Amino acid sequence: MTLISPQTSAAPSALLQVRGLGKNYGDRVALKDVSFDLWPGEVLAVVGESGSGKSTLLNAIAARSRPDTGSVHFMTRHEGLQEVYGMTEAQQRLLSRTDWGFVHQNAADGLRMDVSAGANVGERLMGLGERHYGRLREIAAGWLERVEIDVARMDDAPRTFSGGMRQRLQIARNLVTEPRLVFMDEPTSGLDVSVQARLLDMLRQLTRKMQLAAIVVTHDLAVARLLAHRMIVMQRGCVVEVGLTDQVLDDPQHPYTQLLVSSVLQP
Amino acid sequence: MTQALLQIQGVAKRFTLHHQNGVELAVLGEANMEVRAGECVVLDGPSGMGKSTLLKMIYANYRTSAGSIWIRLPGRAPIDVTSASPYELVRLRKESIGYVSQFLRVIPRVSALDVVAEPLLDDGDDSPEILQVARVEAGRWLTRLRIPERLWHLPPATFSGGEQQRINIARSMIKPRPLLLLDEPTASLDLENAQTVIDLIREASARGAAIVGIFHDVHVGDAVATRRINLADFRTKE
Repeated sequence: MTLISPQTSAAPSALLQVRGLGKNYGDRVALKDVSFDLWPGEVLAVVGESGSGKSTLLNAIAARSRPDTGSVHFMTRHEGLQEVYGMTEAQQRLLSRTDWGFVHQNAADGLRMDVSAGANVGERLMGLGERHYGRLREIAAGWLERVEIDVARMDDAPRTFSGGMRQRLQIARNLVTEPRLVFMDEPTSGLDVSVQARLLDMLRQLTRKMQLAAIVVTHDLAVARLLAHRMIVMQRGCVVEVGLTDQVLDDPQHPYTQLLVSSVLQP
Repeated sequence: MTQALLQIQGVAKRFTLHHQNGVELAVLGEANMEVRAGECVVLDGPSGMGKSTLLKMIYANYRTSAGSIWIRLPGRAPIDVTSASPYELVRLRKESIGYVSQFLRVIPRVSALDVVAEPLLDDGDDSPEILQVARVEAGRWLTRLRIPERLWHLPPATFSGGEQQRINIARSMIKPRPLLLLDEPTASLDLENAQTVIDLIREASARGAAIVGIFHDVHVGDAVATRRINLADFRTKE
């Protein structure tokens, strides 16, 4: 073991392989020839302005909106590399409730707003057959604690929660099955700056400790800097630049990336 | 003779500013150098000569316009950072290259102690024992760099420039990595703390680290250098 492991600097097999994704809405090109690999535990930020295709890309990868061209392969736990769009709908649903997570910009889109916080966290486990009430509550309480929500609020519905709490609850709801890949669509926008900082720090810790791979769509370059190993810059549906996050931000090559980086006000 | 740990061959850097009429700035041309384990090479030359730029290219923070930068570690295949994959670079930085910049990039909410301890933690393993050991070691570094204990549990965002710089030094040097890049680590330190940093650099050198540094303060540079290279010698010939 010790003789071999220091030598293997090659990347582990990819968790996700995206190849040649394309999508048009009528005459408009929403996505054009996007390809990349994601390794286990890697956080990838996708940046670009509104309409650049970021969310279209996220939805195409997460089996939420079928692309016109290209393929998405995911390394499943038991059946190796699988084409996501070659799966049955039931298989896709199972994947997105177990090994994947999806954190929406608007927490209300990812939560059941009128059922208790505890039930929101427990739902995925119940879907997998966990019926033991005491155990479900115990796991839910543990997760509420991890995302810094007072356990005393476990029986309250998220409708009564603040924006920051709702977002943290949405994260707990997604992570309870210990997924290996989480999609996040602008997870911090719409929150106050102080609330954002707390959420960002939490996401940073969770992705690191759980070895969670993530694709984070954001228009906020500071969010990308803090969370992501690597960054993709999109413009008009195309990837114009890829690199380590600090490479892209500190030494941008493409005219559009240079414009994006130089347009940010330094606080 | 053993091979150099760091080998820089024909490295050049040009910035193309697309929104300034595409003007090209040639910052560095044809840099060649080798640094062996245990050496501390101090880069000299007037400002604007590309000293920081060269350190950033070694760290793969800046991309290289030409040439190659080889890092050879015992028991490992050599890596050219100018063409390595992002995965290799992330791993190389985590395990093998320490980079002390002039400014601390503050992480919201994380205490000074944990900012310093973090490089000692393994991804995916948050066992209390490992965390405890890392915090004890972080405390040792903070003590040595004269950060008062009452500050350890506060996030460094509100600390003074000199305090932040010392946190940054501790964070970047706590893990004994084989290659150390120092970009003016003593710029805003008083004499006493600058002397501590000199001691830390010498200790790193003594344990066999290869070090490349830039020091605004001549006295610090003189105290740590085993060799000096003037970047004016690599100036682009027009």
